[in-house]
Amino acid sequence: MIYLLLFVEFFKVGLFAIGGGLATLPFLYDLADKYHWFTAETIGNMIAVSESTPGPIGVNMATYAGFTTAGVPGALCATLGLVTPSIIVILVIAKFLTKFQDNPHVKDVFYGLRPAVTAMITVVVIQLVLQTFFGTDDIFALSLGGLQLPSIALFCVLVLAMLKIKAHPLYFLAASAAAGMLLKL
Amino acid sequence: MNRLLELYLLFWKLGSVTFGGGYAMLPLLQRELVEKRGWVTDEEMLDYFAIGQSTPGVIAVNVATFVGYKRCGVIGGIAATLGMVTSPLIIITIIAAFIRNFAEIELVQHALNGLTVGVSALIIQAVYKMLRGAVIDLPTLIVYLVTLAMVFFTAVSPVYFVLAGGVIGLVLGMYQKKGAGK
Repeated sequence: MIYLLLFVEFFKVGLFAIGGGLATLPFLYDLADKYHWFTAETIGNMIAVSESTPGPIGVNMATYAGFTTAGVPGALCATLGLVTPSIIVILVIAKFLTKFQDNPHVKDVFYGLRPAVTAMITVVVIQLVLQTFFGTDDIFALSLGGLQLPSIALFCVLVLAMLKIKAHPLYFLAASAAAGMLLKL
Repeated sequence: MNRLLELYLLFWKLGSVTFGGGYAMLPLLQRELVEKRGWVTDEEMLDYFAIGQSTPGVIAVNVATFVGYKRCGVIGGIAATLGMVTSPLIIITIIAAFIRNFAEIELVQHALNGLTVGVSALIIQAVYKMLRGAVIDLPTLIVYLVTLAMVFFTAVSPVYFVLAGGVIGLVLGMYQKKGAGK
């Protein structure tokens, strides 16, 4: 029952991905390993599409993953699975614990949780950058011959431009898509 | 009924015009909910974001649930959340169908590859900001490095890293308070 499985797996993502959209990424890679619903390369596409369309990134990712796995009903099941834990947890907090974030134990938990979540996201970024620079995210299969020089050049230009120019990220994404077409990346 | 529909439609609109999610939505939500409608105060809005960030799930969805609950109770929370996810569901489904059918076209593939380069550059900056907020002393640096190594060299589910990080934080917090009390 693929729909139920999608709902349950994305329910878990919604329950454990704490700290916003990027925190869902390590879970997506885990799902790719576990079920082969999509490949690591598809996740690259998902991230690119999610970042350049409106709406919360986590929701976009769930919809994309659900659709590529099981069509429109799959997209619905994955998205509803992702938001269900949020609804339950927030309704409980709204009712009983108004000063949730001031609780010292909650602060302690986040003191240890934040570096762990950041580390998981760091790994995702390293994989993404390896894919961009070498054409593979397998750290044991890297070779100088695989170096994607045009991509690396574009990456450096973009990082510099983002540091110098204060513009909405969408402009940089539009520019990078256009550059991809021009340079035939 | 009217209030529910109003909630649903407003969050549908908010979910359609904000890119990036999370804190990128804060200014828009402030304008629509605090200034224009007076449904919540500025302080409540900041509280919602703080709690939204420290509870499971997507921040924007958590904030939508809060505002909806305050306005119309449990049903309101659900209506606002469904409104928030409607646009992504429609837009992403269309794009995913497009990519599935057109990914072989060379130009689309080049555009996606270029987009991936742009997203890498954006995410690196986001992670750098997270890193500065998360790794603030020796214990957090150790948690960060150990998690990094474990993710690279083992195939443990991310769930366990989240749970382990939380437990370590709780234990360290209790230990540090004990030390400070002496």
